Amino acid sequence: MNVIDIESRFQEKIDTDVRIEPRDWMPDNYRHTLIRQIGQHAHSEIVGMLPEGNWITRAPSLKRKVALIAKVQDEAGHGLYLYSAAETLGADRDQMFEELHSGKAKYSSIFNYPTLTWADMGAIGWLVDGAAIQNQIPLCRCSYGPYARAMVRVCKEESFHQRQGFEIMNVLCAGTPAQKAMAQDALNRFWWPSLMMFGPPDAESTHTAQSKKWGIKRFTNDELRQRFVDMIAPQADHLGITIPDPDLRWNEKTKQYDFGEIDWTEFWQVVKGNGPCNKERIEARTKAWEEGAWVREAALAYAEKQQNNSSSKSKAV
Amino acid sequence: MKSWPLYEVFIRSKAGLHHKHAGSLRAADAEMAIENARDVYCRRSEGVSLWVVLSSDITASNPENSEELFDPAEDKIYRHPTFYHVPDGVKHL
Repeated sequence: MNVIDIESRFQEKIDTDVRIEPRDWMPDNYRHTLIRQIGQHAHSEIVGMLPEGNWITRAPSLKRKVALIAKVQDEAGHGLYLYSAAETLGADRDQMFEELHSGKAKYSSIFNYPTLTWADMGAIGWLVDGAAIQNQIPLCRCSYGPYARAMVRVCKEESFHQRQGFEIMNVLCAGTPAQKAMAQDALNRFWWPSLMMFGPPDAESTHTAQSKKWGIKRFTNDELRQRFVDMIAPQADHLGITIPDPDLRWNEKTKQYDFGEIDWTEFWQVVKGNGPCNKERIEARTKAWEEGAWVREAALAYAEKQQNNSSSKSKAV
Repeated sequence: MKSWPLYEVFIRSKAGLHHKHAGSLRAADAEMAIENARDVYCRRSEGVSLWVVLSSDITASNPENSEELFDPAEDKIYRHPTFYHVPDGVKHL
């Protein structure tokens, strides 16, 4: 069979919704696109632990604290599922870490914003996880099996993340005027960066067309962003706080919300490394990686030493 | 530095069911793989038993041989009960 036949057979599988599995033939670009996307996704989960980790010791109650710890632990798990999925494509995990630390690999720009108050934990759960879920639900049907399966687990686990965030906002909004103002301030700061999470507008999105053809993406950035706005706007009304966009209003004709222009200059600045916390995030990850090196080495040395002593191994039954 | 080996994780979700592949993870040894599998794949009562296997110890069929491996089963309809005629009125067959 020649290359063209193999490629059209591959496309035929995609078009008939047959999943691609690790050892199946795939075009090099399909492989590279997935490694890049899954890698970015994994890095986002891992870096995403940092803004929230900032508040674990200062959570206002034990209930909030256990929820926040569970959420951050989930994010670590999600990062690990995703690194594993990337590895099935031949990516090297250590190299992926190096690319994150060197700035070569990207992660979601939202995590380069600081978490200044407790209400930010509410806003992140409500908005950032809300946006992530919008992005991830269609990925459960992604053409690449291991990525789709990882997304099913992630989506199942993440449903509590958004709810706990909304609950934090809801409680603050029903609290004292100062608490409500804190919630409003968090919404003000996280609204636009949340909209940017869906990526550049369709007209400028370089990968969308190919990714859709390959069944990696099911919807465009703008389609998902619109869904997100339509979901969040009524929730903000319920909370009694105002989305910081004077152009946001219900459009009776289109049956969706119109909203204002996004500041793409800011988006590209943050992507390029000039956001408020880019440097701090990468430093924290690099420090953890470097200072943990001796633990990884010691564990491996210990494992090698134990290898001959297999008496304690219990048989699989 | 050498990286930790890759393990495949299998979970029995409850007694009476098969272990099912859940995913993979890296660990220094099998014992650590079990502990990590508990944390990574069983945070919400997903299982009652875990298996971990070094990925490098798994022999997998090659997708290129799928036709010769699996196609022969497709035309053997006589292996299914629906192939056989049962007269009307005959029960328990």
